[in-house]
Amino acid sequence: MATLTYRDALNQALREEMQRDPNVFLMGEEVGVYQGAYKVSRGLLEEFGPKRIVDTPIAELGFAGIGVGAAMGGLRPVIEFMTWNFAVLALDQIVNAAAKMLYMSGGQIPMPIVFRGPNGAALQLSSQHSQAWESWLAHIPGLKVVAPATPADAKGLLKSAIRDNNPVMVLEGEMLYNIKGDVPDGEHIVPIGKADIKREGSDVTLICHSKTVTVALKAAEQLAEQNVSAEVVDLRSLRPLDEAAVLESVAKTNRAVVVEEGWPQAGIGAQIVDIIQRDAFDDLDAPVQRVTQADVPMPYNKFLERAAKSSPEKVVAAARRVLYLE
Amino acid sequence: MTATAKPPQDTAHAELHRKMLRQMLLIRRFEEKAAEAYALAKIGGFCHLYIGQEAVAVGALAALRDDDYVICSYREHGQALIKGIPSNAVMAELFGKATGCSKGKGGSMHLFDAKRGFMGGHGIVGAHIPLGAGLAFASKYLDQGKVCVCFFGEAAVNIGAFHETLNMASVWKLPVIFLCENNRYGMGTAFERVAAVTDIVEHACSYDMAAELVDGMNVLTVYDATRRAVERARKHSHPTLLEVRTYRFMGHSMSDPLHGVYRTKDEVEEQKARDPITQLATKLKDDGVIDQAALDAMDAEIHAEVDEAVKFADESPDPDPDELYNDVLVD
Repeated sequence: MATLTYRDALNQALREEMQRDPNVFLMGEEVGVYQGAYKVSRGLLEEFGPKRIVDTPIAELGFAGIGVGAAMGGLRPVIEFMTWNFAVLALDQIVNAAAKMLYMSGGQIPMPIVFRGPNGAALQLSSQHSQAWESWLAHIPGLKVVAPATPADAKGLLKSAIRDNNPVMVLEGEMLYNIKGDVPDGEHIVPIGKADIKREGSDVTLICHSKTVTVALKAAEQLAEQNVSAEVVDLRSLRPLDEAAVLESVAKTNRAVVVEEGWPQAGIGAQIVDIIQRDAFDDLDAPVQRVTQADVPMPYNKFLERAAKSSPEKVVAAARRVLYLE
Repeated sequence: MTATAKPPQDTAHAELHRKMLRQMLLIRRFEEKAAEAYALAKIGGFCHLYIGQEAVAVGALAALRDDDYVICSYREHGQALIKGIPSNAVMAELFGKATGCSKGKGGSMHLFDAKRGFMGGHGIVGAHIPLGAGLAFASKYLDQGKVCVCFFGEAAVNIGAFHETLNMASVWKLPVIFLCENNRYGMGTAFERVAAVTDIVEHACSYDMAAELVDGMNVLTVYDATRRAVERARKHSHPTLLEVRTYRFMGHSMSDPLHGVYRTKDEVEEQKARDPITQLATKLKDDGVIDQAALDAMDAEIHAEVDEAVKFADESPDPDPDELYNDVLVD
């Protein structure tokens, strides 16, 4: 077991999959000579050369579409967006081309492509650079969406994504790139569509993914000091969604809080609440609570930004509400 | 016109010319049948006919190898037929049947036959232009020697994807031919009303790309220009922009009247005098390659083929209800 940063875990996944399959290539802005805007592709140009590590102009729509076309032609592209905020320019290619090619061709053209990059807010990047897009992407049939929270999951899920014959969106976190964690040695694969219990508990279930896993784990620690045992369910995949893991935990705790980075309306949490009310209604002892970003564009000022984001304190307060402690 | 046919000067060309004439007639008769079937509500949704533009698909595809890629917009019935998808499978797709070339899931705008290198009709104007470059990228990466011809209308030139893709195709030297079918109107909007630069070939200068302006009503001119572009792509891996000037005799789609309010009947009639099929038929008769009897026989044979396609489509089953959930993802 090696201790790696999330960034290096992703780098290992890319390197190993490119060594394994010559048809895998990486394309995006600054992935080559610059070594990656966030250094996820560090050293890859030197190892694999410019044919397979392709620097692009700033033209998200165009290079996303060239990636889709390359996948139609038998390659396995990994398309890096400097951030998912910029991927909005390329959404047509993801939604109208990648997600639908197999279906509208009557099953003739599979789409083995990965779109990846940092998602959600970092620090004081203001409104246009601080958005969490998972509910947009998870809405679309024909896509898979993963959002790893730890270095081990980042490596294992990216490897699964590259080997998948469907379009997989990998949502990374700018604030996660430097976190460290144990990553199993050798071949480490995390299956897409499987949630992970990051902390076991019996009184309340905290359902989260990506950066909010850290928030939920901190909240669970604080709750433990108040003699509340919280279970932290990391969804890891948002499409397909591991409904069974959610229901199993709620059956045990009878109470749930959903934590996410995105906005409240039509968010991932809304989908989780729908699953719980439909399939675990009789297990519930309290209405499910949600913790989301404030329903506003992200402000620049650091105090306002902090107020807009989810926090362990907000999660603790929500957990106490579902436990009728306040 | 000569009463007695001269023996053809060049048998290979004569064969090719007869084949081109037959292919253009096939598209014409197929589209006429599609219009009839649409009027009878056998075909639903949007249906964009290719009548008037036949020389573009036929001339361009005659310059390709069987394994080359073709990718199109939603006005793609003609290219699909000429790339070798049987009339039955194309008509059945228009009818939404299980025997269609996309199993009834794509319809008129999304004809596909990956095995024949026909990589689809695509419904978002200009959005498939990067896909065409991506197919060429894959061919170059895999050293397959295939070229890709990407067909799109003149209205797509105003889309960002066109400019982003031409730039990257030129920087990366991709074996792709951007074939712009300039039929003058994006739906009902005349190109000169919405484009600052109306000679589309000029855009190639911005991307340091070879380009050619082509008469799209003359199938042989289209063939020759595409051959030069294919050679540039295949031998030197250089992209080309072809502006092929053509004209659609029908409305934008089946919901658009024949000439509409955006162009005059006179204009349409004037263009019909340049009918690409008549032009080639006249030339071949003059050359002694075909006579009226042979032309009539060819036409009768094609009528029979498209009648059979309609019968096949009509009698084919709808997709199984279970198909609804198939092909969303592969295992």
